[in-house]
Formats: sequence, C-alpha cells, structure tokens
Amino acid sequence: MYLGESAEKAGIDTKKLPLRIGIFGAEPWTEEMRQSIEKSLNIKAYDIYGLTEICGPGVAFECAEQKGMHVNEDHFIIEIIDPETGEHVPDGTKGEIVFSSITKKAFPLLRFRTKDIGVITHEKCACGRTFVRMSKPLGRVDDMLIVRGVNLFPSQIETVLLKENQSPNYQIIVDRSGSLDSIEVDIEMKEENFSDKPSDIIKTEKTLENKFKSALGIKPKVKLVSPDTIPRSEGKAVRIIDKRHVYENK
Amino acid sequence: MIKQISIFVTNKPGQIVKISDALSKENINIRAMCVADTQDFGIIRLIVSDPQKAKEAISSNKCIVRITNVVGIKIPDKPGSTKQSLELLSINGINIDYMYAFVTRSKDYAYFVMRVEDPESAEKILEESGVELITQEEIENL
Repeated sequence: MYLGESAEKAGIDTKKLPLRIGIFGAEPWTEEMRQSIEKSLNIKAYDIYGLTEICGPGVAFECAEQKGMHVNEDHFIIEIIDPETGEHVPDGTKGEIVFSSITKKAFPLLRFRTKDIGVITHEKCACGRTFVRMSKPLGRVDDMLIVRGVNLFPSQIETVLLKENQSPNYQIIVDRSGSLDSIEVDIEMKEENFSDKPSDIIKTEKTLENKFKSALGIKPKVKLVSPDTIPRSEGKAVRIIDKRHVYENK
Repeated sequence: MIKQISIFVTNKPGQIVKISDALSKENINIRAMCVADTQDFGIIRLIVSDPQKAKEAISSNKCIVRITNVVGIKIPDKPGSTKQSLELLSINGINIDYMYAFVTRSKDYAYFVMRVEDPESAEKILEESGVELITQEEIENL
C-alpha cells in the first residue's frame, strides 16, 4: 500500500509497469486492503501463509480463485482443533490451526500448535485443485500482536516496564494511519517518577521509546498518562486496543 | 520558602474542574495557579491555603501529586521592580526553571512564585538584598 501511494506521489503510472502479481504475507491483511493494493499497483494480490517454525512462507498459498489458501498437503498436514480440548473440529468451524511436517528432514514438527485461529474446507476448488483450503488467520489463541510484520507479546512490554521502574498499568494501542501500522504504549505515571518539569517527562518518554525499540524491534510512541486514564475491566487494565480490525471475523 | 503542589494530568477536558472540586470539598483556597501544557499531558501547579490537605484530597481522586519547595517573593506593584529582583538571581547564576505571578487584594504588592534548583540559596541572595520573601504562613492567611 505504501509502494502504491509512493508511486502515485512520484507520478508513476502503475498501469504501465510490467508487474502482474504480488504475494503478501507475514501479517494479517483484509479483503479491503487486497482491493486497495490490486487497484493502486495494478496487480493481482495473493495471500500466502507460513510460519518460521514450519518453513517460513509457502505452507499454504492462494490460487487464481482467491478463495482460501491451498495447503501444500504433500508436505504438511493441517488440522483444526478446539484449543481447550485439543479435539478436532469439523470443516467450517473456527479453531486453532495445527501443522505437522511430512518431508522436512531437519527440525520436523508433529502437531505444532500455531496459536492462529482459522477454518478449513475440503471442498473441491473451482481451480480444480483438491488440496484442503484454509482461511486467512481469523485471530490468535494468545495475545500476540503482529505490527509491521513484527510479532509482539505484551509480556515483552511488561519486562521493559519492570526494568525501568514504571507502572505495570499500561495499554497498547495499535492503529493504521495511511498504509503503515502505528503503535502507542500508554503507561500510567507513578508518583515517584513524577517531575513537575514537562521536559523531564518528555525525556522519560523518549528513553522508554528507545528501550522498547531495542527489546521489541519496533519503536512505539510512548505516552505517560495519569492513573485514571487506562480503562479497567474487572479491575484489570485493558491491555490491547487494536483499531486496525485486521482479522475479518465472519 | 513556600510549598507548591504540582499535579500531573492527561490533556483532556474536565481535569481542572475535577481538581478544583476536590479542593472546594475540603474548603481549600487556591491562591495562584499555573498550567504547563504539552500535546499529551499538562502539569497544574497550585499555591493553596493548605498544601498537605490539598495533596491528600487530590491524590484520592487518582491523580499524581507532588509537593515542591518554591521561592515566593513580594515586590512593589510598580514598573521596574520585576527587573530589579530577578537581576539579583541572574547575576548570581541562578536559573529559574519556571515562574508565575499573581496579585491579591493588596494594591501595593505583586507576588511571584519561582522554581529554582536550590531554593535556599536563592532565598538567601534575595533576602540579603532586601527583597521581601513570602512565607507559607502568609499564603495561608492571604
């Protein structure tokens, strides 16, 4: 999306480029984003699913129908389970995606639980292939976030806060401005850390931004807020607000 | 030396209302107020009739409060007196982090509150040159 916007700004007519196809993975994206990418870059945009533990990209891939990703079943077995009981769920029912590798000689994995939520179908695809198709990931079993392609767990944020003597009451706000994800971490001010000079507070915020950058790999915006600001649910702070709505729950 | 209370607030409507409401319920009078703001947060600084009680009242409203020692001076309410008193500090290399002024019913004096790194030595310099300092007691009885 960023490339498309940049091309437009630079006055490049993408219709005249020899690009035909783009393969997009590594983070969740929506059908709306597909349409926008296909339009701005004048290509067909295909979804790919993969994960580092299995083989990286290439576990499942869309065909020209763009109706689910065909799992490469000659190399991988996919199962969908109920994450609580571990039992299989029928086709079309949401559950945790589980993979086993058949042909990997080094680092084989049996029934590897991805913590991604999805659905599968064994119906024959209009393209003629009979490989099982999986949906886009529809969410996570855990609280992992994917921001700008980087996997992020709230526990990583907590480690930094503890080390820097900051309050454990924080909130992660993920949004998308234009084509790029933005991430903000709001942290409640602790009385002992409060200086009544604004420059001191801004300095603390900048320091924390850099600490997060080295711990997470991405630099969030840090905002110190007053203790009544972060909403509580059943006494606990609400940790994550994801305004991107990248998981299309059907 | 006088006591100032500083309150950290998120930059959104209703914050000063909330604080002044907490103070009014405790029958605490605000003598002077100064608000420092940035895009995301603000710091409200107050001189009040009873700083300790004010801190408790505001803290119980889930606000971050701190009491700091500041220098208060009382200068003749006429042109040139600000320059005269502040010059003493600059000559002696004392930097003012921030300051604000207030007036009272008295027509003869204007009041200044200033935050400096070392309030004791600032007070000493001012006092030796005849600048009138405000005491905490005076604030309480204003």
